[in-house]
Amino acid sequence: MTSSVGSTTGTVGTGELAGTLEATAAPPPRRRRGRGSALRRQERWAGWLFVLPGLAVLIIFLVVPIGLAFYVSLTRWDGLSSPFGGGARFIGFDNYKSLLTVDNLTRQNFATSIRNNFYFVLFVVPLQSALALFLAVLLNNKFLRGRSYFRTAFFFPSVTSSIATTLVFLFLFSGGGAVNQLLGYVGLHGPNWTADSRGVFHQALGAVGVDSPPGWAQHEFFNLSWWDWLSGPSVAMIVIITLVVWTTSGTFMLMFLAGLQNINEEVLEASEVDGAGPWQRFRLVTLPMLRPTLILVLTLGLISTWQVFDQIYLTGNNPATITPAYLSYNQSFQNSAFGIGAAIAFLLFALIIVLAALQRRLIGTGEDD
Amino acid sequence: MSARSYSPPWRRGIGYALLIFFAVVFIGPFLIQLATSFKTDADAANNSLSLIPHPATLSAWKRIFGFTEDAGIPFGRWLTNSIIVATFITLGRVFLDSLAGYALARLRFPGRQAVFWSILAILAVPGAVLLIPRFLVLKELTLFNTYPGMILPIVVDAAGIFLMRQFFVNIPTTMEEAARIDGAGVFRTYWSVILPMARPGLITLTILSFQGSWNEFQLFLVSTSDPKYNTLTTGLAKFSSGQLGAGTQYPLTLGAALLSTIPVAIVFFAFQRHFIGGQLAAAVKG
Repeated sequence: MTSSVGSTTGTVGTGELAGTLEATAAPPPRRRRGRGSALRRQERWAGWLFVLPGLAVLIIFLVVPIGLAFYVSLTRWDGLSSPFGGGARFIGFDNYKSLLTVDNLTRQNFATSIRNNFYFVLFVVPLQSALALFLAVLLNNKFLRGRSYFRTAFFFPSVTSSIATTLVFLFLFSGGGAVNQLLGYVGLHGPNWTADSRGVFHQALGAVGVDSPPGWAQHEFFNLSWWDWLSGPSVAMIVIITLVVWTTSGTFMLMFLAGLQNINEEVLEASEVDGAGPWQRFRLVTLPMLRPTLILVLTLGLISTWQVFDQIYLTGNNPATITPAYLSYNQSFQNSAFGIGAAIAFLLFALIIVLAALQRRLIGTGEDD
Repeated sequence: MSARSYSPPWRRGIGYALLIFFAVVFIGPFLIQLATSFKTDADAANNSLSLIPHPATLSAWKRIFGFTEDAGIPFGRWLTNSIIVATFITLGRVFLDSLAGYALARLRFPGRQAVFWSILAILAVPGAVLLIPRFLVLKELTLFNTYPGMILPIVVDAAGIFLMRQFFVNIPTTMEEAARIDGAGVFRTYWSVILPMARPGLITLTILSFQGSWNEFQLFLVSTSDPKYNTLTTGLAKFSSGQLGAGTQYPLTLGAALLSTIPVAIVFFAFQRHFIGGQLAAAVKG
């Protein structure tokens, strides 16, 4: 219903604009040639007129604000008075230094957030890509009945709000929640998921008798001991990893499905005639031909997982789950340290750009093969 | 085709079993959510896996719709705010994105390439780094805690411009040329020839814009602090991060969360093809 209202009103707006603009335009010359160049002239300014509103919004609310935030990252500002009217004290790169080189709690929090997010990316990107590919292969069977129903089911979580789905998962993974009840049926005693800040690698080591860090692991790097760096994702983070894999696989599945449908049937048949079994066909024919899609999925996954925020916001200010995006918000809006918060945002920005460029370098864009 | 079409029954059986298993995994949580909204707080906490409320109660729904003394959450206000901002953002995106998209696809004007690459660069900016910049600019423009402040920053989106550009590029030029030969100017051509042909693209853009603005969280989080501007996303998030920790009121929050997903769900089921097409178009640009 909203969509129909939307297009009607949008239509009226366009009509009015076109009407007024045409009224002011010069009357068309009679001769064919003159008409052509007048059109060309009209196009020159019409083009700018068409892009200008959109461009203006993007510049005012995106490009300029990024510049302002960079200035704020060079100041100490509490978020109250205007940072440009003397409310903020210019301190140069001190915020960045405090995050990267000074031995303090700020750096420890930042290092923790980087570690958390690193393990999050390390788990989510391969899992969501593999699950998406697996589902797409299952669905890419012409003889499958009810294919569109399954596709709808797998894709549905992708279109719902991150806040709503996170609330559901926090409930499913609560102490006496559905997940622990399921585990109980097979005789397992589930942890108190979201409240459990132990790293899963630490727990695995504990299971083989390594409970305390060996000597070398007690040394610190960025105010975090090597032992803490190697903790693995916390149990609480596993909940968010599961949630994000569950919500994003559907979208990536659609991309793989589109890729699979572009694969030439004859190539697969030829490989079968040559005696390749299903697994060999998948590994030697399908997978190489899906390379561009695979690279796209990995790139999009890498970029989006380094920005995880909404889900972290809902789990609260917990050292076991904080990420740079959340820390940037938390430092600014809850700790009134906007300078530090903005500096974290720019470091995250730089990290994402570097990783995207690095990946492009290492495995290409997928467009050239 | 002939040889490949046959697969043994046991393999097809495994295929269906896997598909059904994953369908349960992907849809099950929503069913539990639905069932929980009809449970009592104690039943929700103790029998969270059960799909049958015991005892079944409407108390959470009564509180959501404000039929009790203690409403718990101002659901009506959140819903109204979500409808207001989503409507304006959707209208704005459909109108402005398609104008810019058309210019980039079809009109020859000086600086077009520069505009194209600028928008591409803007598209590459990670959304999570915009939290503080957006707060700053809204504060400077005294738009903090206002509806325009919640709408304007995302009333145009670079992805939508590219979606429409892609769409216009693929429309044959013959109709346009015919219109021009008949003496129509740029605006008349756009209005009466191009837009009607672009209807499928506009529908896709409308749906994606509605979904995006309905689910938007980060902008609303940093553009408002007054509870009266809470939308379904910020309202639910702030309410639950403050009180859900106590382990109670799951029926209330999950019911409200379910209700908040229904509009997008309806649009999704009605226009699924557009969703899918839009996702893929967005991916191509990525």
